[in-house]
Amino acid sequence: MSLDKITNPLHIRHWLGDMEADYIYTLGIAGEHFFKEIKENGRIMGAKCPRCNVVIVPPRMYCEKCFAKLEEWVDVGTKGTIHTFTVATIDVDGKKLKEPVIFALVKFERGCGGLIHKIGETKTKEVKIGMNVEAVFKPSFERKASINDIKYFKPTE
Amino acid sequence: MSEKIKDYRGEALKSADFKEGRVPTEKCRPKAKFAWSAGIAIGRFLEELKKGKIIASTCSKCGRIMVPPRIYCENCFKPTDGWKYVKDTGTINTYSVSYLAADASRLKEPILVAIIDLDGASKNMGLIHKLGEVDKDEIKFGMKVKAVWKPKEERVGAITDIKYFKPIKEATP
Amino acid sequence: MFGKKRVAIVGAGLTLFRRRLKETGKELSYEASKMALDAAGMELRDMQSVVLGTAPDAFDGVHMKGEYLADGAGAYRKPYTRVFVGGGTGVFTPLAGWWHVASGQFDSCLVVAEEKMSSCYPHPQYAFTTIFDPILERPLGMNLIWIFALEMHRYMHKHGIKKEDIARVSVKNKGNALDHPCAQLGAKITVEDVLNSEVMAWPVQRLDVSPTSDGGAALVLVSEDVAKEITDDPVWIDGAGWCIDSTLWTNRDLYYPDYVECAARMAYKMAGIKNPPKEIDLAEPYDPFDYKELHHMEGLLLCKKGEAPKLTAEGVTQRDGDLPINPSGGLLGVGNPIAAAGLMKVCEIFWQLRGEAGKRQIPGDPRTGLAQAWGDLMQYGSVIVLRR
Repeated sequence: MSLDKITNPLHIRHWLGDMEADYIYTLGIAGEHFFKEIKENGRIMGAKCPRCNVVIVPPRMYCEKCFAKLEEWVDVGTKGTIHTFTVATIDVDGKKLKEPVIFALVKFERGCGGLIHKIGETKTKEVKIGMNVEAVFKPSFERKASINDIKYFKPTE
Repeated sequence: MSEKIKDYRGEALKSADFKEGRVPTEKCRPKAKFAWSAGIAIGRFLEELKKGKIIASTCSKCGRIMVPPRIYCENCFKPTDGWKYVKDTGTINTYSVSYLAADASRLKEPILVAIIDLDGASKNMGLIHKLGEVDKDEIKFGMKVKAVWKPKEERVGAITDIKYFKPIKEATP
Repeated sequence: MFGKKRVAIVGAGLTLFRRRLKETGKELSYEASKMALDAAGMELRDMQSVVLGTAPDAFDGVHMKGEYLADGAGAYRKPYTRVFVGGGTGVFTPLAGWWHVASGQFDSCLVVAEEKMSSCYPHPQYAFTTIFDPILERPLGMNLIWIFALEMHRYMHKHGIKKEDIARVSVKNKGNALDHPCAQLGAKITVEDVLNSEVMAWPVQRLDVSPTSDGGAALVLVSEDVAKEITDDPVWIDGAGWCIDSTLWTNRDLYYPDYVECAARMAYKMAGIKNPPKEIDLAEPYDPFDYKELHHMEGLLLCKKGEAPKLTAEGVTQRDGDLPINPSGGLLGVGNPIAAAGLMKVCEIFWQLRGEAGKRQIPGDPRTGLAQAWGDLMQYGSVIVLRR
């Protein structure tokens, strides 16, 4: 009774449906602070753990290692380096993108952690691990306290 | 809360805080779609509904006649070993008069919903379905009901091939 | 005693329960966990293992919610397990924590429960409908309330119980919750208020139902050796029981929860309890709906079948009665962030047994208490017995 060879469930007796639900996420205590700084001041913030003596980016309200409550906010600047990257050629539905998009993990000198974001104003052949980049913000009237208030990071040199 | 603890954490929000944009949020609507395989037993069950029949599976060890049918007896943990048609009549085991739609929106005309113990199946082999052609105040526990089927050409092999169950009027002598 | 080591609860923590909280699920987990650690006088580094309980991913709207919440629950680079048994999760989570320590594998376990149901909007009801069979049940336009309405109606029919007999539970629990600093729906209401509230799905009315909520709860569990070093006032986990019935919920007589009885018998056997109503001083049975408290009292063998409404009418289940039931205010009063609500009940028993429940403290000198949760499709029971 093997169905091994059927890869499309529509080829057997089936029932169609979805899991319809809408979501609204609060940004949380630390998240709200982080995104408000991006929106209002174009600053990227971290949170300092006084016990472990590290600055965590993006900030959290607690240190996951020692469980201290974090209340000291630190501006880590808008410049960082590419820790690793990938080039996406398909979208979430598996369709081919017109232009490939570079996604990178950007780390900051003053903080541990980092941000996942797009890399712009460069070509897929030119992007490199270790490259210095800086955040390019949307104009302030377009910002909504969202990660997309940063358009992308671009190479500094 | 322990009387030793003085500070209770949590910052309450009102729904207006969301609506009026006083709290920054992110929104998302997942796009996943599903095609659930009907499987062996329910596949057969749906096929029979299309023909206007209700089929059960049977276990020769415990003797149960089971609806909805399954390919294994969960009590004996052995494969079921037979199929048997049951009647499209039964009795109301329990019921509700629902003013709620699936998304929790309110309905003016209630949905009448019941668990129906089908005739010919083992005890407590209930099927959940709707009731029709009956006033909400006339429904009773133990009431005899019968399936009202969609016309043959409209049946597709779905639980909704049965439109609803309606009371069987006692024959007047 | 079952297990290799006896297990004690030495600290408990709880956040506010509210319809919407600003904190993320991670932040709620942290607040509850940190409070429990502080109460125990312990640090995160003292915790050798972590167990997290949380209900379907569809509420928070984050898949792999266990992993998502891990850092807030203190699980960074620790042995970590997420458990999930529907509404039964809140009481099952400390049971899972119990076996982590009772097995001898760990001397400590941080037990955390979280729920952030407000993420699913406008109402989590729609996410609930996806628990039903997609082929046989969802096409009928099922609403979660239906299964409660059908069960409640069957229970009422079997024993000839009237709605006012059931409404008293809601009146009692919402009243008890007035004394709970974390409560979402503490209120002074009357039986008439319940009977006059909106009919949702007969016989379920608005005030028969607990709200949807955000919240977190946590416990610190340690082995007997550690407990003796750090506290004079441990509360012992002496009974653990859990059981699931058939998923084919329409194939059962819904008037009685056999699976709860099965879980209770397992816990009583372990705790050496022969006569539950006599030996148990207070209980926190699961009360997402008012009739459920009665249904579960019967399943827990705290009274005979069909007798719970009578005990409620006589005042036996009030805080100053012979068998206080839900002195916290329960889910009906404190709120129902699913997994956190179940663990809130265990926190309440812990505080009551230590005499720390403040205005909610029951009189006398309670020594044995029980918490129970229920879940899935009318099929899951989890029971914990605590002793001082």
